[in-house]
Amino acid sequence: MSKVYVSHNNIISSLGFTSEAVVEKISNEVSGLQRIDDKSILPEPFYTSLISTEDLQENFNKRNPKGAYTRLEQMMITSLSSVIDASNIEINDRVGLIISTTKGNIDALDANNPFHKDRAYLSELGNQVKDFFHFKNDAIVVSNACVSGILAVAIAKRYIQQGTYDHVFITSGDVITEFILSGFNSFQALSSEPCKPYDANRTGINIGEVAASVLVTKDADALAKEAVTILGEGSCNDANHISGPSRTGEGLYRSMQSAFTQANISAAEVDFISAHGTATMFNDEMEAIAFNRMDLSTVPLNSLKGYFGHSLGASGLVETIVGMHALKNNTLYKSLGFETSGVTKPINVITETTKKNINRFLKTASGFGGCNTAILFQKTN
Amino acid sequence: MNTNYHIKSYCSIKNNQVSLNGSVVYKDEEESFSPFIKAAYKDQNTKYPKFFKMDKLSKLAFLAADVLLKNENLNLEEENNIAIVFSNKASSLDTDRKHQESIQNKESYFPSPAVFVYTLPNICIGEISIKYKLYSENSFFIFENFNATHLLTYSNSLLSSNKADQVLCGWVEFDGEDNYEAFLYLVSTEGTITNSKQDIIKLYNT
Repeated sequence: MSKVYVSHNNIISSLGFTSEAVVEKISNEVSGLQRIDDKSILPEPFYTSLISTEDLQENFNKRNPKGAYTRLEQMMITSLSSVIDASNIEINDRVGLIISTTKGNIDALDANNPFHKDRAYLSELGNQVKDFFHFKNDAIVVSNACVSGILAVAIAKRYIQQGTYDHVFITSGDVITEFILSGFNSFQALSSEPCKPYDANRTGINIGEVAASVLVTKDADALAKEAVTILGEGSCNDANHISGPSRTGEGLYRSMQSAFTQANISAAEVDFISAHGTATMFNDEMEAIAFNRMDLSTVPLNSLKGYFGHSLGASGLVETIVGMHALKNNTLYKSLGFETSGVTKPINVITETTKKNINRFLKTASGFGGCNTAILFQKTN
Repeated sequence: MNTNYHIKSYCSIKNNQVSLNGSVVYKDEEESFSPFIKAAYKDQNTKYPKFFKMDKLSKLAFLAADVLLKNENLNLEEENNIAIVFSNKASSLDTDRKHQESIQNKESYFPSPAVFVYTLPNICIGEISIKYKLYSENSFFIFENFNATHLLTYSNSLLSSNKADQVLCGWVEFDGEDNYEAFLYLVSTEGTITNSKQDIIKLYNT
């Protein structure tokens, strides 16, 4: 099997419009979360991270758009543009496009939204992005709850190894909408303060807004400095409950087993874990159990939700990108919001941003429907 | 492309009719989707009370999978490494519209977790995984139309990399009472139909 790499990348978020700018903020422990009190979105105040509309429009307009684009399309196109520019790859029939989102243009369903309701079809979102860049192949839209962003990377690798594509561009994102917030709030999953993954006093999720894009390629030439090799991946179901994680972390455990088997490395060879860490009671506890079952309890671990919140379809991808930069910068980034362990199994949460020579990391995510994904990455340079 | 894989069985639910391997197993002339799927569930002796809590997309996908997998006589005491790879056009829009209605007017604002959880297309995969104890690879894709090439590539990838022993593939679309369709097929090393684009399209169109 040919090696597959994750190379050029971009993040658009409240912490900046390039991966480097965002990682710089993370290294300074700056959070992009803010308190919003807007009854038109949610009856109670909530914490979120929002992309600056002014900056988004300024950056998007530089791309000379013709026609009207939704906020999410603007986010995805702006983010993907910079990755396509950096990659310098001709868009031909050997180049694939994957779009990762949970809800896409769901705001188009709102009676007060200026776009036609049909814009909420995810295939339409795929077509908008495809046509903007003149991709030769139709977009593959991945909508697999909160693992979509990281699963998209596994799917890109599988497509390349099947010989369908040489390169795959992935863009991912979700917008902050009343639709999503009201739903998570009905589950009583939203925190009224900045989220505290794995902490004893955690009180739930913050939802955040991010667009993230990467190039996945088999071409070892012209890789980005922070490029990583995909060593192994797996995506397994809990077969337990549609809205709650497995008490034994079954699906996550099996996803990790699948990734480690394919990578042919041991738990001791992983330098850090970029975990899911949504800061709900059940999710964080489930992860701690699964990591213990994999003998990963001493491996340094962070959740980046304290910086962006949970960015749904983008979360797995944005966290992968930060992990790639962590390897390049030889730095373990602090898991923001954590003080005292609030899970029943030992885990090694990173409490201080630390310089360390590191080569490999494990990225995990879990979501509704019992889905889980794990991928192992290794530094290329 | 690997040609060692075969389509072992296939099932479709459309036009008020349930078919397994090309033979009609349940038919209902009169009714729209909701009474039809309930009657089909009873006729097929599914006996799974959770069915009634599911949204329409999940009911459709679940019943199609149940009709197909029941016929496989799986040993449920052992693990069956059957991956699930589903696709459609409308994602979970039918339930999305329901959730949107519950929040559209502030006077009647009442979002419900029992509805919201189904605003993700992959929930139907979770439902099937729970019933059949499938701790396996699973993914939901959105395309404008039935995409045999994609399902072929992805199932070949899962089988050839030993991620799965068999793959339950298909199209499960629910976009209103009159616009629904499920077509599922099981890719395996056994069977007589080749897992090829041509044969997948032929089965889909029958």
